[in-house]
Amino acid sequence: MNIVVCVKQTPASANLPIDLATGRIKTEGLQLGVNPFDEYAIEEALRLKERLPGSSVSVLSFGAAAAEEALRSALALGCDEGILLYDPAFEQSDSLATAHLLCAAVRKLSKAKGAVALVLCGKQTNDGESGQVGAALGAWLDWPAASCVKKIPQADDSKIVVERLMEDGVDTVELPLPAVVSVIKGINEPRLPSLKGKMAAKKAVVARWGQAELAADVSQIGASSASVVVKTAPPETRSAGMTVPGGSPEEKAAFLVQKLKELKFI
Amino acid sequence: MAENPGKGIWCVAELRHGALVPTIFELLSAARSLDQVSKEGVCAVVLGGPGKTAPAAKEIASRGAQRVFVLEHALLDGFLEEAYARALKDLIEREKPSKILLPASVAGRSLAARLAVACRAGLLGDVTAVALDSSGNLEALRPCYGGNLLATVAVRRGLQMATVRPMAFPRAAQASSSGEVVAAPVDPSSWGLRGRFAGFAPEESKEIDLSSAEKIVSGGRGLGSAKGFELIRDLAHALGAAVGASRAVVDSGWIAYRHQVGLTGRAVRPKLYVACGISGQVQHLAGMSSSDVIVAINSDPQCPMMKLANFAVQGDLHQIIPAVVAEIKKQRG
Repeated sequence: MNIVVCVKQTPASANLPIDLATGRIKTEGLQLGVNPFDEYAIEEALRLKERLPGSSVSVLSFGAAAAEEALRSALALGCDEGILLYDPAFEQSDSLATAHLLCAAVRKLSKAKGAVALVLCGKQTNDGESGQVGAALGAWLDWPAASCVKKIPQADDSKIVVERLMEDGVDTVELPLPAVVSVIKGINEPRLPSLKGKMAAKKAVVARWGQAELAADVSQIGASSASVVVKTAPPETRSAGMTVPGGSPEEKAAFLVQKLKELKFI
Repeated sequence: MAENPGKGIWCVAELRHGALVPTIFELLSAARSLDQVSKEGVCAVVLGGPGKTAPAAKEIASRGAQRVFVLEHALLDGFLEEAYARALKDLIEREKPSKILLPASVAGRSLAARLAVACRAGLLGDVTAVALDSSGNLEALRPCYGGNLLATVAVRRGLQMATVRPMAFPRAAQASSSGEVVAAPVDPSSWGLRGRFAGFAPEESKEIDLSSAEKIVSGGRGLGSAKGFELIRDLAHALGAAVGASRAVVDSGWIAYRHQVGLTGRAVRPKLYVACGISGQVQHLAGMSSSDVIVAINSDPQCPMMKLANFAVQGDLHQIIPAVVAEIKKQRG
């Protein structure tokens, strides 16, 4: 089975320095890593590869030149090839445009090495957080798709069965392949890279595909994206609160409950 | 650039196994705030299995939707992106709305993305405020980078869509007059459907769902052990709240992942958030800091959660929580 994993390089820390003058993240010296949700997608792909002999895992990342490092991290874990989608013409792509670029890359991969059967993505990134790319990729490819997958109880060359974590329980959905699946934390416990894997990843050649290779529909990507970011700013800070007075737990509880009652929570 | 000659703001309701998710009433509030400027009318759509949508449609029509389109078919009984997107696309092509709002739920987010691609629409994801810009285009605020930044985003072409974060808008009340319910045709013959909805296992506990909860009581490391969640459940029960948790305790196996609040869990926006024994790491704050009222119960007065809280209760939560539960019971009589 030819499997593709989509990964994104994102800030590695949740504590981000913000330039108050521009309202943007200060990128200088910012630690970057593989988006945490994508680590589960990589692990799930590797487990499927181990279960289904003759499988391969290709990793795609749309990003800046530095995103090559995210691809090397995936290669160190045992993925077979990494491809960076990079072109100045791709800049300003929104999430639907990003999915369009990934779609073009999946199609190109299918032509080059045989039909791709399954694309795995993380549920969302920890920077843009739209959670739309997996589903949009399914739509551009015109493949069935499922999001928020917590378990893949069954997979063979023609079909995949997935369990999807919903707000009120768990849905089971059957998808004939090819299909796109986005996974959540908890679907597996991602492995760590071996020393040998790290060495090999360092030396591996990461392909770079631009618009010349992808020939994506220019009316759907980059500056032609259907949505734009007008501006960014840090959120308003909350006004200072109060320390609940009282000596004993009972006194504090009485004060707090009185306040909650005034606010009509009780 | 494709023009958007459509007219009307649509809200897509989520019907989960017969139960109408109340996010539709939040969407109706958001839509009506836009409609005060654009004056194009507010409609709703509800999809479901044969004979399953009538009570929901009636309820939605009574809460300010001028028309409620009903799409019923056996293939729409369980949620399947492909089927829902095709059914909606067919209706959109007939009725030509200008804007569509969906809930930013698991189903809503993936349906919106699939539909937006199919209609070549612009999509703003997981927004917490909506407006129209000077050209009448849909503009929205969305938190990103774990709540570190608030982005203003806008649609530039085509049909204009957004998914709206649960609890970001008040729920629309009963309107003075009721809208009409319109049964719309569903013809799956051209859909080429491949996926199949195979089953549903409801969450066993009767706990309130996190993302649409008005009140949440969350527990962290300070509980000391998995047994500490009994305290959290007691307080949640007394308040009528959902149960949340920090990443640390989910990773320790004290409670299931579905309860996790934060960057790698759920983003929530309740009216009341009670954080018990949660110090307030950035990754947790990212998921809850926009709650209306925050109460922190913690032994460390200097921790970030105590500084963020509207009401900071310093002390041993093993003493404070039972005292609060007892006080609530006393007040209720």
